[in-house]
Order: sequence, then C-alpha cells, then structure tokens
Amino acid sequence: MTQIDSTTIWIIIIGLAIGSYLLRFTFIGLVGDRPMPPWLLRHLRYTAVAIIPALIAPLVVWPSATDGQPDLPRMSAAAVALTVGYVTKNVLAAIFTGAATLYGLLYLVA
Amino acid sequence: MASATPKSYFWKGFRDGAPFVFVAMPFGLLFGVFATEAGLNIIQTMTFSATVFAGAAQFTALQLLQDNTPTVIVLISALAVNLRVAMYSASLTPYLGAAPLWQRACAAYLIVDQSYACSMIRFEKEPDMTVPQRMIYFFGSVTPITPLWVLGTYLGAVLGTQIPESWALDFALPITFLAMIGPMMRTLAHVVAALVAIVVALLTVAVPFNLGLLIAGAAGMVAGAQIELMLERNKS
Repeated sequence: MTQIDSTTIWIIIIGLAIGSYLLRFTFIGLVGDRPMPPWLLRHLRYTAVAIIPALIAPLVVWPSATDGQPDLPRMSAAAVALTVGYVTKNVLAAIFTGAATLYGLLYLVA
Repeated sequence: MASATPKSYFWKGFRDGAPFVFVAMPFGLLFGVFATEAGLNIIQTMTFSATVFAGAAQFTALQLLQDNTPTVIVLISALAVNLRVAMYSASLTPYLGAAPLWQRACAAYLIVDQSYACSMIRFEKEPDMTVPQRMIYFFGSVTPITPLWVLGTYLGAVLGTQIPESWALDFALPITFLAMIGPMMRTLAHVVAALVAIVVALLTVAVPFNLGLLIAGAAGMVAGAQIELMLERNKS
C-alpha cells in the first residue's frame, strides 16, 4: 500500500464535501417545485448499481494482495457476500458471512 | 406556520430511523478502519465522514486513492457513486420544496439512504401531512443516525491503527461493497445495469487512470435505463 500525500487527501475530502452537498442541494434547493425530465431520473436510478460493481469486479477477479492472481478464498467470499445480500437484503449479514468465508478459506488453504 | 404537534412528528421520524443505527454505527466503524489503513490521520478521517456523509462514495474514494488514481478521477468516480443522492433530492422536492430555503439547505446535507427511505414511505402513506410536519419528520428520521455514524468513524479510526496486516483487510472493502450491491438488485433493470457494468469494467481494465470505471459505469446506467424503458413498453 503506497503512502498517499496529505495534500491529495485534503483536496479529495474538500472536493467531495462540496460536490456531495451540491448534488444534494441542486434539486431540493434550486429546482424547487419544477418537474424534472424523466430521461434524467431514469439514468440517475442506475448510477450506484452500475458504478459500484464496476469498481469491485476487477478487485475480485485480480486481487491486489495476491499480485493479481485469481484467488479461491477471495472469489468465494465475494460470491457469498453478494448472494447473502441479494437473498436477505441485509447488508451486515452479507458482510459477516462474506468475511467468515474469506477467513475460513484462508485458514484452510494456508 | 407550526401546526398540530410538530414535536410528535419529530419522534415519529426518530422511531422510524432508529433501527438504522445498526447500519450506521458498524459502517462508520469500517470506514474509520479502512481510512486509517489507507494512511489518513484521525482529523482527515473525521472530517471526511462529517462533511461528505456518504458511506459508499467515501469507500470508493479510499479504494481509488490506494490504486494511485489521479485526483480528478477519484472525485468524479466518488461523486458518480453519490449521484443517487441527487435523485433522492429530486424525489423529495415535491414534498419539501415549499419549505423555507434555510430549512431546505440544512435538509440537503442530511439526505442519505435512510432518511430518504423513511421519509418517502411516510409521506406517501400520509398525504395530508403539512410541509412543516414533513420537514420535522425528515430531521427526526436522520437524528439517530448522524451522531452514530460519526462516533463509529472515530472508534474505527482509533482501532484501525491496531489491526495487524495478517487480517487480509485488503478484501474487506470489496466484501462491504458486494454486500451493498445485493439489496440494490430490485428489478431486472438493476441486475442488467450491474452485469453490463461488470463486463465493461473487466474489458476496460487496461484503460489508463482508472477511466474504465467511468466508461463501465456509464454503460451500466444506459443499459439499466434502456431495460426499464423496454419493460414499461411491454407492460402497456
């Protein structure tokens, strides 16, 4: 893990603080009672559900801790966390079963 | 302005929001731990949680920071993850848009998954609520969560420094995110959006500056929106 310099961290924190606030404020503050175009809302609905899997997929297939070698414990943990989250709709249950799978398999493999 | 017992609506909101402390607290803890692992000091970590106040975006920024992504891409990607709060803001507007600007300015800062979900359910169930009642309900619903999110972050940041490397925390972040994806898969369109994003992300992994993430995200969004249109057309 490389050391990140402090200026970069502050730029990101401040940038995200301002940006997130603007995202929240734009509609409720500025748009007020005017209606919004349906095509915009339709795309906004799928932002998180697209970006988050796109961020995670390469980390699952080529984990950095194993220098990019596909890894059974990590793949299994990913599958368990996703499945439990989908079935139970419970984020914490999914985190804990995923973590248990990861540690269980890491222990067995090692 | 303040009509019939606004106070009772505050407590209604508080009660509806209370179960989410079991999400906010551990989530804050995780963020504190990850941020410390990534090399943020306690002031940076606390400022991050208190000002940005958006778990998924914060986790995204941390992950990309560790991959040496250019600052601009980190900002765009994390804000893209947070675009959903803009959608929440948009759909709360018909209910709260008539409140005074200073109230809307404060409420904007507190738009998170939980306050949005509680409020929309309540506002739809009780269409006769006045604007002040809705506003006080909204603030009530987020009151139990905010302090515990910040407290959780603090505890995580303090604990984080004491966690040994052998704990394979490299993968705790992906697990956290994957756990969040499951409950988001509400319709076929959501599933397709995620699948398209995954495939494009894997194909564009060699694109510099982690730009593949934005390409994949955009592809997923378009795919989700198109499927939604198709399903609507088939229905009618």
